[in-house]
Amino acid sequence: MSARRGFLALVGAGLLMLMPSLAHAVAIERIVSPSGIEAWLVREPAVPIIALNFSFAGGASQDAAEKAGTASLTTNMLDEGAGDLDSSAFHQRLERRAIEMSFSVGRDFTYGSLRTLNDNRDEATELLRLALNAPRFDAEPLERVRGQVLSMLRRASTDPNSLASRRWWATAFPGHPYGRESRGTLESVATIAADDLRDFTRRVFARDGLKIAIVGDIDAKAAGEMVDRVFGSLPAKGDLRPVPDVTMTGLGTRGVIDVDVPQAVVIFGAPGLARNDKDFMAGYIANHILGGGTFSSRLYNEVREKRGLAYGVSQSLVWFKHSAVVIGGTQVRADRTGDALSIIEQEVRRMGEAGPTAEELAKAKSYLKGSYILGLDTSTKIASQLIQIQNDNLGMDYMTRRDALIDAVTLDDVRRVSKRLFSQGLLVTVAGRPKGVTSVGQ
Amino acid sequence: MPGYFGLAGGVRSGGCDGGSTWNAGMAMGKNVRMAMVSVTDSILRRIMPGAAIAVLAFGLVLGPVPGPTVPASAADGPPVSSFSLANGLDVVVIPDHRTPVVTHMIWYKVGAADETPGKSGLAHFLEHLMFKGTKEHPAGEFSQVVAAIGGQENAFTASDYTGYFQRVGRQHLKTMMEFEADRMTGLILTDAVVLPERDVILEERNQRIGNNPGAQLSEQMDAALFLNSPYGRPVIGWRHEMEELSRDDAIGFYRRFYAPNNAVLVVAGDVEPDEVRALAEETYGKIPRRADIGPRKRPQEPQPVARRTVTLADARVEQPALQRSYLVPSAATAAKGEAEALEVLAHVLGTGANSRLYRGLVVDQKLAINAGAWYLSNALDMNKFGLSGTPRPNVTLTQLETAIDAVVATVIDKGITAEELERSKTRLIADATYAQDNQAMLARWFGASLTTGSTVEEVRTWAQRIRTVTASDVQSAARKWLDARRSVTGYLIKDMSEVAEKKS
Repeated sequence: MSARRGFLALVGAGLLMLMPSLAHAVAIERIVSPSGIEAWLVREPAVPIIALNFSFAGGASQDAAEKAGTASLTTNMLDEGAGDLDSSAFHQRLERRAIEMSFSVGRDFTYGSLRTLNDNRDEATELLRLALNAPRFDAEPLERVRGQVLSMLRRASTDPNSLASRRWWATAFPGHPYGRESRGTLESVATIAADDLRDFTRRVFARDGLKIAIVGDIDAKAAGEMVDRVFGSLPAKGDLRPVPDVTMTGLGTRGVIDVDVPQAVVIFGAPGLARNDKDFMAGYIANHILGGGTFSSRLYNEVREKRGLAYGVSQSLVWFKHSAVVIGGTQVRADRTGDALSIIEQEVRRMGEAGPTAEELAKAKSYLKGSYILGLDTSTKIASQLIQIQNDNLGMDYMTRRDALIDAVTLDDVRRVSKRLFSQGLLVTVAGRPKGVTSVGQ
Repeated sequence: MPGYFGLAGGVRSGGCDGGSTWNAGMAMGKNVRMAMVSVTDSILRRIMPGAAIAVLAFGLVLGPVPGPTVPASAADGPPVSSFSLANGLDVVVIPDHRTPVVTHMIWYKVGAADETPGKSGLAHFLEHLMFKGTKEHPAGEFSQVVAAIGGQENAFTASDYTGYFQRVGRQHLKTMMEFEADRMTGLILTDAVVLPERDVILEERNQRIGNNPGAQLSEQMDAALFLNSPYGRPVIGWRHEMEELSRDDAIGFYRRFYAPNNAVLVVAGDVEPDEVRALAEETYGKIPRRADIGPRKRPQEPQPVARRTVTLADARVEQPALQRSYLVPSAATAAKGEAEALEVLAHVLGTGANSRLYRGLVVDQKLAINAGAWYLSNALDMNKFGLSGTPRPNVTLTQLETAIDAVVATVIDKGITAEELERSKTRLIADATYAQDNQAMLARWFGASLTTGSTVEEVRTWAQRIRTVTASDVQSAARKWLDARRSVTGYLIKDMSEVAEKKS
């Protein structure tokens, strides 16, 4: 359709101003394109560039087990030729105008990001339209990119980080797509054909699971036209394979993978919190106190600061559509791995039993409120946050509500959720030659 | 981009409950005090203009740092101000009023290349120890204050500089300046904090180098490339020397080099120059200048005469690879226009799908899985230009090397096309505009340049200078500097029996 004739509707309140500290940073407009596609827009005239981020519902968990890596390979192929342009021509068009286009895949979503100088907006829009609507998946680039993925997987096959991590996820989610690595395996990637990539785009690249955020020197009308040109011709509905809800398994077990390296990689974790859990924010704070932040957490102090056992240790909440975990990692000297793991287990248990102190809670709240704005100081960061907020169903006013959500968390809330998160034991995997650590139940 | 702390199954970088997009395969890189030390040698020696090498900080992979700050239409660029205090502290202010945030960085003009031989790793060790408290503020207080206000902080060490930074709400700038000025001279160290931290840096070495054969090869290649320059020593240090570093070593180094007249203050964000000047006078301005800091004169490289090779065999290597480094001028040592020509040359040879190496080796000849080139211009002394290639299965490193040599020879003999020149320059110049979107990146670029011999004006006019590069400049640079006698070639292989095959 001709986007130029379209009328751009500003829906609802339209312009949403944020709280004072965020107000002049992020003013989100909800726009609806002439063909009816919603996008969130932040106008920023100070820098002559535009960042457009988007996601489709459906990521690596859409892969069949024997074709694991299909979603990932698809995203790696989207800038390798589209429409009348073969791979070389497509890249030349991008390079001549310094247009940046990238795609990636998560467990539940497929992500894309476009960054262009404002002067090159038309060309950037056209190239992204081609990539999403008419990817070629020609044989030459397919074999080339497949070779690159296989090379990475070969490297990973002896890398202690990859080995420990792969074992952790496989043990936590046996038989479920979340247990597989998104990149696939040496065996599965070898079997993926161009038709598999086409099938993935057909099922996933659709308007019903689409979220869009645009940040930059562009008005609502032009943004709506841009949205329609890129996404307007995609099918209205995707065709996703259902992914079952799942709870991780393997608590209380420990797996050791023998690799001849001077330092052991340790990964540990347990079931986490769904993003819409009423205790999510309390859990987020509890995790911050135990293993988050930069130089402040209990794990950091006990493992690194007091004992010098490792360069880093940290833990995060990770949530998906159909499950959630809390997962941490460290790399420790082989001869003290047993000590380090005991300390980690002890600190997790202690948090589960008693929760944090009032002072720790106050400091964590202060940090989490104050630091949010630091994630909003570039166009790309803002666009990426807006996509996450949309996918997490937090609402356009989340940024304004967030401080109050944090303030509302009480010490009892954090104790309750700490007990839930940190009293269930841990699933542990270790890669290396650790002293004092043996496999248990794996 | 791989992170140092890769949990390949994926862990979101933990800082954002409503925040960053989570991707499987994304690496985690937080809790890293010295966020930017590269596995091979220096830190920002690797990442400044054009070099597409990532830096980790705070769980974010900060992408390649583009060179320029001043965009095609220079008038559109940020109005950068610079001035000096009476005690010799240089100050750069980069206003960015889009978000009420500031990036506050202090850069010392001292790095691993300034260490006394035998004390490798000392500059970086001191960087860690700078978090251990002062007369005024006991250990941990500064970090606790930064955390309490929701700030981010970290530090980094390179061959030529050491830097400390905080990112905070604009209203907290003065507090950060007070703390940072305090630890410029007030550091207190005891063995009780020094010894555990020495274990930490040893584990950091294991994590970056010991667990990674490719990083070991890079370290060995630097030692072979730099025959006389201290750039041949790893920034992280050699293990046996790190094990002997003491409190007295650290304090001695600190007293010798940490002073206002040996530092650059960079403040980017929601501030005005006058405001920064007043705050800087109140804080850093009270620290007396130190009289005895000498000129930064290091041993220089002799004229190289022999092509060198380094082979690292490790049973963990499942993917062989080839690296090559050439000894070339840095921005500070280059003749006029030469560094800019090398920048364009690296782009034409090895950045992007249509670069000579990628197009030739990966797409057309199907010998390689990947191939690229890079140039590290930010350094006080002669530095590196690099090529790399990963062979396809059943292709030997010898075959790959022969093909790489042919690509280089063609550029030397026949030069580059007008189209290649324009495409590369467009990209490099556009990076200037993209950089304006990221205040922390601008701050890093100015800091790294000003501590490696460049001026504010040179940084500001970088894009203009790139624009004047000609095809003939690029060909001349290739002919002059990509001479095999100036190079070290590194082979990463699984076992030494492959060497016989390689040479056959």
